[in-house]
Amino acid sequence: MINRKLHFSAWQFMLAFVFVTLCSISVYGQDATTSDGEPAAPVEATSGGDAALGEALFKANCASCHKLYKKAVGPALFQVSQRHDREWLYSWIKNSAALIATGDAEAVAIYNEYNQSNMNAFPQLSNTDIDNIIAYTDTEKPVAASTTVDKSSSSVPSDSSVSNNIILGALAVVLLLLVVLLIVVNKTLKRFAEANGIQTEFEKEERTPIWKAFVQNQFLVLVTSVFLLLASAYFAYGALMSVGVDQGYAPVQPIHYSHRIHAGSNQIDCKYCHSSARESKHSGIPSLNVCMNCHKSIGEVADATYQEGIDEYGIDYNKEIQKLYAATGWDSDEQKFVGEESPVRWVRIHNLPDLAYFNHAQHVTAGKIACQTCHGPVEEMEVMYQYSPLTMGWCINCHRETNVDLQGNGYYEQIHKELSEARGGRQLTIADLGGLECGKCHY
Amino acid sequence: MNRSVKTFLFAFASILVVSCGGDDKSTATDSNRSVQYFPNMYESVGYETYQEGEVFPGNVEAQLPVEGTVSRGWMPYDYEDTNEGYASAKANLKNPLPYTEANLTNGEALFGIYCAICHGKKGDGQGALVKSEKILGVPSYDARDISQGSIYHVMYYGINYMGSYAAQTSIEERWQIAHHVDALTRDLKGQARQEFIPEVSNKDEKAMMDVHHVEEAHSVDDHATENEPTTDGH
Repeated sequence: MINRKLHFSAWQFMLAFVFVTLCSISVYGQDATTSDGEPAAPVEATSGGDAALGEALFKANCASCHKLYKKAVGPALFQVSQRHDREWLYSWIKNSAALIATGDAEAVAIYNEYNQSNMNAFPQLSNTDIDNIIAYTDTEKPVAASTTVDKSSSSVPSDSSVSNNIILGALAVVLLLLVVLLIVVNKTLKRFAEANGIQTEFEKEERTPIWKAFVQNQFLVLVTSVFLLLASAYFAYGALMSVGVDQGYAPVQPIHYSHRIHAGSNQIDCKYCHSSARESKHSGIPSLNVCMNCHKSIGEVADATYQEGIDEYGIDYNKEIQKLYAATGWDSDEQKFVGEESPVRWVRIHNLPDLAYFNHAQHVTAGKIACQTCHGPVEEMEVMYQYSPLTMGWCINCHRETNVDLQGNGYYEQIHKELSEARGGRQLTIADLGGLECGKCHY
Repeated sequence: MNRSVKTFLFAFASILVVSCGGDDKSTATDSNRSVQYFPNMYESVGYETYQEGEVFPGNVEAQLPVEGTVSRGWMPYDYEDTNEGYASAKANLKNPLPYTEANLTNGEALFGIYCAICHGKKGDGQGALVKSEKILGVPSYDARDISQGSIYHVMYYGINYMGSYAAQTSIEERWQIAHHVDALTRDLKGQARQEFIPEVSNKDEKAMMDVHHVEEAHSVDDHATENEPTTDGH
C-alpha cells in the first residue's frame, strides 16, 4: 500500500515534468518561427517599362535626393507620372535647368517650391531608362509586408515575456502541488503507521550539540578563524582596489547609440565622429550635426536591424533616431530644421582625475595607437562601457612594453637618431622617451 | 517530517536565489560608478570640456564663438551657401596648398576617414554605406563637373543630403582632401595626375596660406560670419 502510494506520486511528478518541458519547448519553438519574420512581398510594376532595371537606375542616380514615398531634398517620386506629362518628365530629367530657363510654369513652380535647389542634369539617361525609372516609381509601397513585419515585431517581445511568465507560473504551480503531495503522503504514511502500531519516532540518543563539539575542538576553531581572516582580507583587498576604478562602467545614455552598428557593421572610422581625437586633448563627443550628416536621409533602420534590436536588446532603434530628430529640431516630413534644439546630456564614461594629464592627439596622431588598444572592441559594443581600468599601473605597463613605431613617423625622427646611438640601436619603448617621468602626466 | 520539510524549504530557497541571477547576455558591466576616494579630483573645480555650468546659456559649456569673434585657426569663408555662391566658388576659388606628396598623403588619410565611407576609396561612389544600401545615389566623381573650388565649397556647406564637414576638418585639411579628390577624379577619367611640386618648408606653406587668407579677408563683410555652419544641429 505504502509502496503504491509512493509510486503514484513519483509517476505524477514525472508526468508534470514531461508536461512542463513539452510546454516550454513548444513555446520556444513558436518564438523561433515568429522572429524569423516574413520576406517582403515582391514588387510589381504597374505600367510599361522594367521596374527592376528602373530600381537600379533610381538607386544609382535619383536616391541621393529623392525617396519614393516621402519628401526628401526633392519631392517624393511615387506616381510622379500621374502628376506630370511624360514628355515634360523626359526634358526635366535630362536638363531641368534648361527647362526652368525657358520659363515653363510647371518647372519654375517646382524649382521655387524646393528652395531653388538645382537638380543635376542627367543627359546620359535615355527615354527608355526614364521609362524604367518611372515604372519603378509607380510601384505601390509594399504595405502588407511592412505591416506584418511591424506587427510581428511589436508582438514578439510581449509574446515571449507572456510565455515566460506562463512557464514560470506553471512551474510554481507544479512545485506547490509537489509540496502539498509530500505533506499529504507523509500524513497518510504516519496515520498508517500509527494504525498498525509501528513506532515512527526513533528514540533520540544523547548527543552533544554540534556547535558545542565545534567549540571544544580547538584545531577546528583555529582553522576556521584563519580561513575567515583570509577570506575577509581577500574581499577587503578587492573592494579597496576597486575604489576609483570604473572598469566595466556602462551607464544608460539618453539616446541608445550602438557602436556595434556604426563602427562595426557600417565600418565608419572612429575619427569620423570623434574627429578632435586627431588634434586635441579630448576625443570629443560629436555634436549632433555630425549625426545628421547621415541621419538626414536615414530616418529608419532596415527591417532586419530593427528586428535584431527588438529581439536581442529590447531597443526600438527607430525611436532612438526620433530622439535625435527631437534634439536637433529636425522635421523629417518637411526636411527642415524647425523645432527647438535641446542639448543631449550624454553620460561621461571615461574620467581621469585632475591630477593626471592625458592627451588623445599625442596617442592617436603622434603615437599611432589604435583606438581599440585602450577602448577595447568598441565595434562590438552595443552599449559602450569602459574597457580599461585607467589606473596608473595600467598606463605605466603600456609605456614600458610598447615599442615606439618609428617607421615613417617624422615626429620621432630626431629623437630616434639620438637615442638609438645611445642605446645601441635596440627598439625603443615609451619609457626610453621619458614616458615614466612623473612630470609627464602629473604637473 | 519536520526535517524533510526543512530540507525542502532550503532547496526551494536556494533554487530561488540561483534563478534570480544570470542573464545570458550580461558582460561584466555595471551602470553605476564605483566608490571614489576623495572625489574632488574627479569632479573638477574648473570647467571641464562638455561640463554643465550655470554661466552658460542652457547650461551647455560647448558653445559657438560669440558673434563677431573668430576662433583660433578659423578664417571666414566669403562664398555664400547659394547656387550663385557655388558657381562663383567653382569658377574662382583655387587651392592655396601646393600639390606636394605630404599634402596628398594627408588628404588621402583624411579622405579615408570622412569621405570614403560613402564616396568609396576610389571616389567611384561605392563606399561601404552605399554597398549596404544605407545611403544611395552617391555619384562617381567623373560623372560630375567639379573643380577644386566647388569641392571645397561642398565640403564647407554640404550639398543636398551631404552634410557640412566644416566642423570636423580645418581649412588646411579640407584643401588637402580637395587635392586628393582631384587626383581621384583624374584617375577615374583616365587622365594623368598632376606632377608633385617639390616639398617646400613649413614656413613657406604657412606664408602661402596667409596670402590666401588676406586675399579672402579683404572682401569679407560683417555678415560673413553668419554663414558659418553651426556645430550643433543646423
